[in-house]
Amino acid sequence: MELFNNLMLASQLVLDPYVLLVILGSAMFGMLVGCIPGLTATMATALLVPITFFMPPVAAVAAIVTATAMAIFSGDIPGALLRMPGTPASAAYADEAYAMTRQGKAGTALGVGLVFSAIGGLIGTIILMSFAPALAEFALNFSSFEYFWLILLGLSGAVFIGSASALKAGVTLILGLLVAAVGMENPAAHPRFTFGNSELLGGVSLIPMMVGMFAVSEILRYMVNTNPDLRVETGRIGGIFSGVSDALRRYRMGLARGSLLGTAVGMQPGAGADMASWLSYAVSRKFSKEREKYGTGHVEGIAESSAANNSALAGAWVPALVFGIPGDSITAIAIGVLYLKGLNPGPTLFLYNPENIYAIFMVFVLANIIMLPLGWMVIKLAGNILRVPRNILMPVILLFCVVGAFAINNTVFGVTLMLFFGVLGFLLEENGFPVAPAILGVVLGRMLEENFVTSMIKADGNFLVFFERPISAVLGVVTLSIMLWPLAARLFRRGDRISKKAA
Amino acid sequence: MRKKILALSAAVLSAAVFLPMQAAQAAWPERPITFIVPWSAGGGTDAVARMLGTLLEKELGQPINVVNRTGGSGVVGHQAIASARPDGYTIGMVTIEIAMMHWQGLTNLTYRDYTPLGLVNVDPAGVQVAENSQYKSGKDIIEAARANPGRIKASGTAQGGVWHLALAGMLQAADVDPMAIQWVPSQGAAPALQDLMAGGVDLVTVSLPEAKSVVDAGRVRNLLVMDDERNPDNPDVPSIKEELGVEFALGTWRGVAAPAELPQDIADKLSAALEKVHASQEFRDFMAQRGFTPVWMNGADYQAFMAKNDEELGNLMKAIGMAK
Repeated sequence: MELFNNLMLASQLVLDPYVLLVILGSAMFGMLVGCIPGLTATMATALLVPITFFMPPVAAVAAIVTATAMAIFSGDIPGALLRMPGTPASAAYADEAYAMTRQGKAGTALGVGLVFSAIGGLIGTIILMSFAPALAEFALNFSSFEYFWLILLGLSGAVFIGSASALKAGVTLILGLLVAAVGMENPAAHPRFTFGNSELLGGVSLIPMMVGMFAVSEILRYMVNTNPDLRVETGRIGGIFSGVSDALRRYRMGLARGSLLGTAVGMQPGAGADMASWLSYAVSRKFSKEREKYGTGHVEGIAESSAANNSALAGAWVPALVFGIPGDSITAIAIGVLYLKGLNPGPTLFLYNPENIYAIFMVFVLANIIMLPLGWMVIKLAGNILRVPRNILMPVILLFCVVGAFAINNTVFGVTLMLFFGVLGFLLEENGFPVAPAILGVVLGRMLEENFVTSMIKADGNFLVFFERPISAVLGVVTLSIMLWPLAARLFRRGDRISKKAA
Repeated sequence: MRKKILALSAAVLSAAVFLPMQAAQAAWPERPITFIVPWSAGGGTDAVARMLGTLLEKELGQPINVVNRTGGSGVVGHQAIASARPDGYTIGMVTIEIAMMHWQGLTNLTYRDYTPLGLVNVDPAGVQVAENSQYKSGKDIIEAARANPGRIKASGTAQGGVWHLALAGMLQAADVDPMAIQWVPSQGAAPALQDLMAGGVDLVTVSLPEAKSVVDAGRVRNLLVMDDERNPDNPDVPSIKEELGVEFALGTWRGVAAPAELPQDIADKLSAALEKVHASQEFRDFMAQRGFTPVWMNGADYQAFMAKNDEELGNLMKAIGMAK
């Protein structure tokens, strides 16, 4: 009965015309921000904060929840159409989606991304609603030891990403790790590879690097390519929802797996939608029946990681609401807004104002539902991009890239970085080295180093402590066995062959 | 006729050249003011700056554009404030890092490169332990650190960051080797608190507002606050003087400053507007909700405060081997 009362109160709060208008407005805002490379979901939140000062609590939270959900999805659109992921969370499968666009299947790639995003977001919300306190409790047991294994697990995923040889993927991964080492945000707080440049003290920012490696390299490739035949294949977007029902039927398991994994990753402080989407792309490939199709324009990985990155958004709210510990950079900002509105995060939030909590949950549901029609409209509109002749489109994209790279820190240095990594990305890809693992290396490199070094400090240099804590030990064994499996399998097979020969 | 035109155009020209300058000095502010924040959008410093900006806008009658110039661990933004034109149209938030970065050799910038307008906020460091910790008081920690140097692990920020210095300063004040508690670097207060609750470290030394939510949730306890008096928002947390019988105060602070050599009349106007805004109910409510402690010092006092802070932090950084 009490639950029913709370739900009634909450729906009164949410179904207020003002709140609904805020949801619609921030949905469109989020769609727009996500579409523009360089402007992330985090930035959408930050830009909304001053406006939320003047809103009642539920509307303020609704604005943030809706805008971020839209931005994470709409980051897929430029990723698929132009190979420039709108937000880092779309980077894991930008190549795959772009490959589909080149086969004239952009509609399917985006439609599946849209529907799986919405369902993933809904599943994440249901998990948030039903288990928030219990899950937050579990996530609180994670220390640097557990994170270290989790990140290592994510990195081993890099080997699965991209169709090129594992060796070449490994080389670019290590390149990414090297780039992550730049700056002074390392455990010793000592400036490394900065060459006396104060801009490099903070490290290489991910956005300019990502935009450079994906988009600028594509522009360069267009420039050197003298065959002007691209337009014919990419001229149409195809039906948006045509492949969706088929995908929903075939990738049920992937949908469930991606949503669960995304929520779990989102709950971890410091790991958000980006990591969720990389991890789940790798997992999807690992378990797929058609592993060889990955990287050639196969929708399965897109489906699973789209679900994962949107469910991660909901997951991140678990520790934020229960303990006031942000699960990602978006909730870090949102917690500030919660305080400002007198909704102090903590178990007491569930006791004193349960109707507000239920209202927030309802907003999550609404946001994911409204995503479908809005997303459909945006995809339709964005499809027009493909009809623009490439010799006009490419310079315009370059302009967008420059604006995005500048906007992230308001400095020209970002543009320089972007151009540098654009040329580097071009040279790498021309020689068969995939760039995606390099991005992953930068995303996770700093966390990897930090969690390793802090763990070693805590353990006084004893590596065995990585196996002393129960969760850490399990994660460690899983990670090591996944990493060593191919080697073991090869040895096994060779042993088998030798023994057969002997026989 | 021609002479007349020449004379007229000369008059217009000279008016065009000289008038705006006079006008600029007479009628400051006559165009929008840029407010630089050296930290990213959404953080605490950004929130304070945006609130100040909104209120200053009403006070000065000109738009205030808050611009985040992040990167370089604060160096880039602080540099941007210092090297702007001192005409009153660029001001910025200067934070405690200005008293630390130059000791590490990251920049030549110091507090001397600014015209201080006013200190707005100081959040003192605390000492926090997990709810089930074996350490029940500040004394327990000091005793344990003295008995077993290097055994206890603490966290809260990067190596040599402000909370690391707070820990070192507290130990030094209590006559224990400042390195007797091992520092575990972290990306900030939130991950450090998470690690505290997960059992990864024994204590953290972050500010009271940073620990507020987990303290309210009953997961973490404040053992003391590193200030001469108790904090008005946390009256049940003993001061370091009551707890350990030593005097030591360190907190992270935020102030507003302009580039050096700002004309005195503009500095006075800005400082007066800032003081008025700082005293306003809206600002007080905002600070109370975020758990930040508002403190006001005018330009001259702020200057003296920064000079003292600079020297203290320099000594602490030398003590833990972080100074160049």
